[in-house]
Amino acid sequence: MYPTDRRYTKEHEWVVLEDDGRALVGITEYAQEQLGDVVFIDLPKPGSKLAQNEKLGEVESVKAVSDLFSPVSGEVAEVNRELLDHPEMINEDPNSKGWMVRLASVAPADVQGLMSAEQYEEYLASLG
Amino acid sequence: MTQHLSRTALYDTHVALDGRMVPFAGWEMPLQFQGILAEARAVRATAGLFDVSHMGRIWLRGAQAADLLDWVTTADVPSVALNRARYTLVCNEAGGIIDDCIFYRLGDQEYLLIANAANRDAVWSWLQRWRTDRFPSVELDDRTLDVGMIAFQGPQTPALLDRVAPGLADELRPFRCAQTKVAGVEALVGRTGYTGEDGFEIMPAMSDAPKLWSLLQELGAVPCGLGARDVLRLEAGLLLHGTDMDVDRNPIEAGLERFVALDSESVCVEALRSIQRSGPAQRLAGFQMVGRGIARHGYAIFSRGETVGEVTSGGYSPTLDRSIGLGYVASELAPLGSRLSIDIRGKLVDAETVALPFYSRRRA
Repeated sequence: MYPTDRRYTKEHEWVVLEDDGRALVGITEYAQEQLGDVVFIDLPKPGSKLAQNEKLGEVESVKAVSDLFSPVSGEVAEVNRELLDHPEMINEDPNSKGWMVRLASVAPADVQGLMSAEQYEEYLASLG
Repeated sequence: MTQHLSRTALYDTHVALDGRMVPFAGWEMPLQFQGILAEARAVRATAGLFDVSHMGRIWLRGAQAADLLDWVTTADVPSVALNRARYTLVCNEAGGIIDDCIFYRLGDQEYLLIANAANRDAVWSWLQRWRTDRFPSVELDDRTLDVGMIAFQGPQTPALLDRVAPGLADELRPFRCAQTKVAGVEALVGRTGYTGEDGFEIMPAMSDAPKLWSLLQELGAVPCGLGARDVLRLEAGLLLHGTDMDVDRNPIEAGLERFVALDSESVCVEALRSIQRSGPAQRLAGFQMVGRGIARHGYAIFSRGETVGEVTSGGYSPTLDRSIGLGYVASELAPLGSRLSIDIRGKLVDAETVALPFYSRRRA
């Protein structure tokens, strides 16, 4: 079951709006499962401006490298530096401790335009 | 196009264990069970089980069996005593590596050659060619589908094996083999492996493989897939054919000189002597990343702004908690401590050459 407090992309990222209007971004349970053990992560510098769907960073598992894409436009306010030393947190807790970046200057409409948990689950089902 | 994939007798076992099955060298094999890193750690700490039944098992029998094997490999085969195993390279006339193999001497005139799954046909053809040309009395017998193979690896394996085959672990020193019984199942057992850990490779009839697997699992061995096998062999500095070497590379540049008997006649010995004399232009080196990042197969290696080689294997080492790799570099850069940089998807990241193996187990 995917948390309903957030929105999802076809690239298997989630974004959740916080009370102050900023947004947390991470990858989904499905994504971490597909990746397998995450051993390396590359995140953007705070202050970077990202357009929606622009490359945000890289996540690397034992097997392969995957690009991360920004689900919405915004400015990087903070990155989860704990992941640099403990990338396994992405596998262990993708929905909360495994968050990757906090974005400021996010347009709520961008977030609303993404898939709901229910739509994301339907999308996963369509992948077979 | 659909590819027809072969399955070992352990296929149903893997699926029941929730193994993630992937195509590998024409076989459907488990990439992982509980997770690559957890499996790799289990092998370093306790005991792991790998299905390696996809590898080729070719028997050579007859008065000329030793001569044929001696001719196609870099080993001095006649010097290998009964019930011993030896790592060797099968090479062509140019010294190019067709495959790397382990062979077991099972009798005065009987040898078993273990080939990589991807090279089974190439090795078979090469053996057939020289049998026809020079050693016609040798009987070649590919029994890959009739005989299973389970690698049982890790520091606890001798103690665990003792429970189902009393005395066997004591009797079998490294690179020895014995035809014996494991928990009542007839099997050829060698004290060999591909993980850098102590362990055994057990070859029962293919139909007995599931029974033996369950038995070893009940003893506490953790099912492991190809992913963990790759992590472990890289940590141990063991090369993977098709990745770290191929028919366009020779044993000298691959750093495998110690497995080449330059005084033993073989199809490749002239070429290898000549390469040894002149020195190869490139050599395989081990490196560790100094900067953040993971090097992968095919990434370019730079030194002082020039391309000097290419990464062949790279990954995260869970045992060392470090990013490591292998690659060919200009020979003068192979010595320890050479500063390199690796082109990681457009970004140059610092690395330095280090001694191989990256990891060696503490010996009792």
